[in-house]
Amino acid sequence: MSNHREKLRIADLHAFYGESHILHGIDMNVMQGELVTLLGRNGAGRSTTLRAIMNMVGRRSGSININGNETIGMPAHKIAHLGLGYCPEERGIFSSLNVEENLLLPPSVRSDGMSVEELYEMFPNLYERRYSQGTRLSGGEQQMLALARILRSGANILLLDEITEGLAPVIVQKLGEVLVKLKERGLTILLVEQNFRFAAPIADRHYVMEHGHIVEEIHAHELEAKTELLNTYLGV
Amino acid sequence: MATFLGINLFGLFGQLLVGLINGSFYALLSLGLAIIFGLLKIINFAQGAMYMLGAFAAWLALQYIGINYWAALVVVPLAVGFVGVMMERFLIRPIANEDHLYSLLLTFGLALMIQGVFTHLYGSSGQSYAIPEELRGGTKLPFMYLPDYRAWIIVASVVVCGLTWWMIEKTKLGAYLRAGTENPQLMQAFGINVPLIVTLTFGFGVGLAGLAGVLAAPIYSVSPDMGSNLLIVVFAIVVIGGMGSIGGAILTGLGMGIIEGLTKYFYPEASNTVIFLVMVIVLLLKPAGLFGKEA
Repeated sequence: MSNHREKLRIADLHAFYGESHILHGIDMNVMQGELVTLLGRNGAGRSTTLRAIMNMVGRRSGSININGNETIGMPAHKIAHLGLGYCPEERGIFSSLNVEENLLLPPSVRSDGMSVEELYEMFPNLYERRYSQGTRLSGGEQQMLALARILRSGANILLLDEITEGLAPVIVQKLGEVLVKLKERGLTILLVEQNFRFAAPIADRHYVMEHGHIVEEIHAHELEAKTELLNTYLGV
Repeated sequence: MATFLGINLFGLFGQLLVGLINGSFYALLSLGLAIIFGLLKIINFAQGAMYMLGAFAAWLALQYIGINYWAALVVVPLAVGFVGVMMERFLIRPIANEDHLYSLLLTFGLALMIQGVFTHLYGSSGQSYAIPEELRGGTKLPFMYLPDYRAWIIVASVVVCGLTWWMIEKTKLGAYLRAGTENPQLMQAFGINVPLIVTLTFGFGVGLAGLAGVLAAPIYSVSPDMGSNLLIVVFAIVVIGGMGSIGGAILTGLGMGIIEGLTKYFYPEASNTVIFLVMVIVLLLKPAGLFGKEA
C-alpha cells in the first residue's frame, strides 16, 4: 500500500508577498510516486505555490503537510530535510562555484541519494565540464545541474519550476526521459510547466490554477475529454 | 652606510618593514570587513573598535588575570568573536531587512560608544604591553635589523589570511559561504541554516579584528582611538581591493602597506595620503576595485 501514501497535502494555503495576497486558499495533494503538474497562465500563482511549500514567501497560512509533518510553522532550512528538493525557475546555479561544487552543495536530506558517478552517467555533459564555473554552462546544462544536485541530496519529493523554459527541443526531450526515469524510481514530482505538450504524456494529474486559486483538477485519463476546457484556461 | 644608486638601503628596507607590518594589519582588518560585507552586505564600522577591543582585552587579561600573550592570542579573538556573535544576533539581525544604511549607522554608533567607554575608563594616553619574552630578540640581515616580534606579525598575519582564504575558497564550508552570499534563500531551501552561518561568519570576521588587536598590542600603544585611526585606511583598502573580494582584501592590504612604506622613504610628505590617491585612481579606472567583479 505504500505506493498510495500521501507525500504532500496542502489545505487552505494563503501566501503573501508584502501586501499582495497571491494564493487564495489552495487545496491539493500529491501521492507517492505521482507526477503532478500545476498548469496555468503566467502570474496564476504556480511558482508561488512551490515557493510557499519551501517557505520562501513573505507570509503564509493554512496547512502544508509533508510526509505526515505539518510544516506551516517550520523554519525554511528545516523543510528540505523532510526529503524535498526544489529547483527554482531561474535554476539558481551559483556563479561563485564550479559545476562540481554546485553539484555537491546541497546537504544530504536522505541517505539514499544518487551518487555523483550515477549522475555524471545520466548527464555526461556535466562530467565533461565539472571544473567550469557554474554559470558558464549552457541553459540546458544548467538545468541538468539544477536537477542533478537535488537528486544527489536524496530528495524524494521534487518541486520543479518550469524546467523546460527556453530550452531546445532535444534537451526538453532529454529532460522528459529523465523525469520518466525518476518516476520509475518511485520519486514524487510536482511540476510547474508552461509546455503542456511536454507535461501531458508523463503526468498522472494536472491542477489548473487561475488568480491564486485551483480551478480544475484533471486526471490523465480525462485529458482528451477536457482539452477544450483546458485550452480556455491556458488561453492557447 | 650601504647605498645603491644613491639610495640608503638601511632606510629603504626599514621603511619597507614598517610598510609590511602595517600591511599585515591592513590585511587582517580588511579581510574581516570583506568577509562580513560579502555575506551580509553590511559595512561594519565597528571593525576598528573590535581591533581596539582585542588589544585592550589582551592588556587587561595580562594586567588583571595573568593571561599571557600566547594564551591571549587564542582566547581574545574568541572573546571578541563572541561579542560579534551577540552583536549580529541581537542588534544587526533585527534590522537586517531594513536599508543597509541603518546597519552602517548602528555599527558606527557602536564603535563610538565602545571607544567612549574605554576613553572614560582608561584615558586616551595609551597603555603599553610588553613584547613576549620569546620574541624579544632580532636577526641582523645584510641591509637591516629584523626584530623577531615584527617578523612574527608578518608571518602570523600571512598564515591566518592564507588559511582563511583557503577555507573560504577551497572547502565545503566555504562553498556554503560563497553560495549563501549569492542566494541565501535558495540555500535555505536546500536545508542550510543560513541565519546561523551569517551569525558565525560575522563573529569570525570580528574575531579577526580581535586577533589583529592582540598582535598590535606589543608594538602600538594600546589606546581607545587606535582602531578609528586605522579604520579609514582599511576602508580605502577594501574599496581598492573590490568590496567583498577575499583574496583582493588580503593582497591589497599587504600591497598598500608596502606602497605606504616606499612612499615614506621616497616622498614622506605623501605617505599619509598615498593610499587614498591609489583609491581615486583605481575607482576611476576600475570602479569595482582591482579584484572586484563588475556588477
